[in-house]
Amino acid sequence: MRQFSNRYIFMFATVMVAIVALVLSSAALLLQPRQERNAEIEKKRNILASVGVETISTDTEELYAKYITGSFVINYKAEKVDGIDPFEVEVKKEQRKPIEEQVFPVFMATLDNGKNSVIMPLEGKGLWGPLYGYISLNDDNRSIYGVTFDHKAETPGLGAEINTSWFEDMFANKFLFDGDEFVGILVQKGGADPGDIHAVDAISGGTITSKALEKMVYDCMINYVEYLKNNSK
Amino acid sequence: MSNLSEREPLFSSKNMKLLTSPLGENNPITVQVLGICSALAVTVKLQPAFVMAISVVVVLAVSNVIVSLFRNLVPPRIRIIFQLVVIAMMVILVDQVLKAYAFEISKQLSVFVGLIITNCIIMGRLEAFALANKPWAAFLDGVGNAAGYGLILVIVAFFREFLGSGTVFGYPVMEKIGIYSIGYEDNGFMILPPMALITIGIIIWIHRSRNKDLVEKN
Repeated sequence: MRQFSNRYIFMFATVMVAIVALVLSSAALLLQPRQERNAEIEKKRNILASVGVETISTDTEELYAKYITGSFVINYKAEKVDGIDPFEVEVKKEQRKPIEEQVFPVFMATLDNGKNSVIMPLEGKGLWGPLYGYISLNDDNRSIYGVTFDHKAETPGLGAEINTSWFEDMFANKFLFDGDEFVGILVQKGGADPGDIHAVDAISGGTITSKALEKMVYDCMINYVEYLKNNSK
Repeated sequence: MSNLSEREPLFSSKNMKLLTSPLGENNPITVQVLGICSALAVTVKLQPAFVMAISVVVVLAVSNVIVSLFRNLVPPRIRIIFQLVVIAMMVILVDQVLKAYAFEISKQLSVFVGLIITNCIIMGRLEAFALANKPWAAFLDGVGNAAGYGLILVIVAFFREFLGSGTVFGYPVMEKIGIYSIGYEDNGFMILPPMALITIGIIIWIHRSRNKDLVEKN
């Protein structure tokens, strides 16, 4: 077998690493605009999905412009904050700040039936990774119009079922408020009573994800309680 | 080192053997029992299993060719590092390309694409074959082995999705044939990782009972 000097080995390793670094960074740079665009479209699709508007990636922009009529951010005192683009707000980063510095995005949608709906982002921790989603309210600002959930790494077939329509559809017309008191939505193991307006069924085998989702909805929505109370009819 | 002569036709029987033998009698999963780890993780549904199979084909074929091209330049003492760097580079590229051009699918596969790096088959083929053979042979060997892996993945995923969720490629087959109305229920156990192992075990059993050469003598 050929002998290689230490010098050669070092040279080889250095050149190899440099070439790989070059290839990877140029690939990342070349693909970045497309990836960011995908992420933006994905976000718009999710926002629209929460009000039941199904899109494909090519008509998302058009439908987003049609349904989403406004957006703004509020602070923890439910006052509107100017100068921040709600679309660019990353909820996860906001959640790490002290409450006084956090801002909360609100998107306004006008639905096909002429009614208005407010849409708010959700972000929380699941069993294996982050959970996220959007929630839209009926024009009473008390009950849910629709939700969309997604996750990064929940168990396929179990916790991962939170992004399926059978699960999401259960949230429609459930009340986040009991009278004037904010109660959130209970995700009930063993199945919720169909008449219960504050609870939905948990996913069998996905208890931890179900509970995490319940906590996410509660923790995110509690920040909007003031705003929703001030703006309900 | 190479057994293949310069003028050998591209698809000679020896080369075709490189491509087809890993699909059957030398299958990396059922015979060599490599790559089991990811076979458990991505076989709950058919679509991710399918895309995973294609990704592995790309990664293994290209890595094999790169390693084979450099086989006389790589110092043996750092050959494992070299192989790892090549594999990692290919996996990151595949992941990035999927994120840019097949966003939906890359979302479904999430971490599994990154986990191709840890797939024992890939390193095994680079070490055992690509380092000692010419690029074309290495390419065929890579495609063959990855396809052999992918084939098992898809078979396992078919049974797990069909019996566990009642669907095939997301299409609700069981619901369409109306079997739920007579009291049938999906077997939730199929979705859990142990059933992947048992399914692979059954495939190995069938494979060996049809291929007596594979049965150990002792």
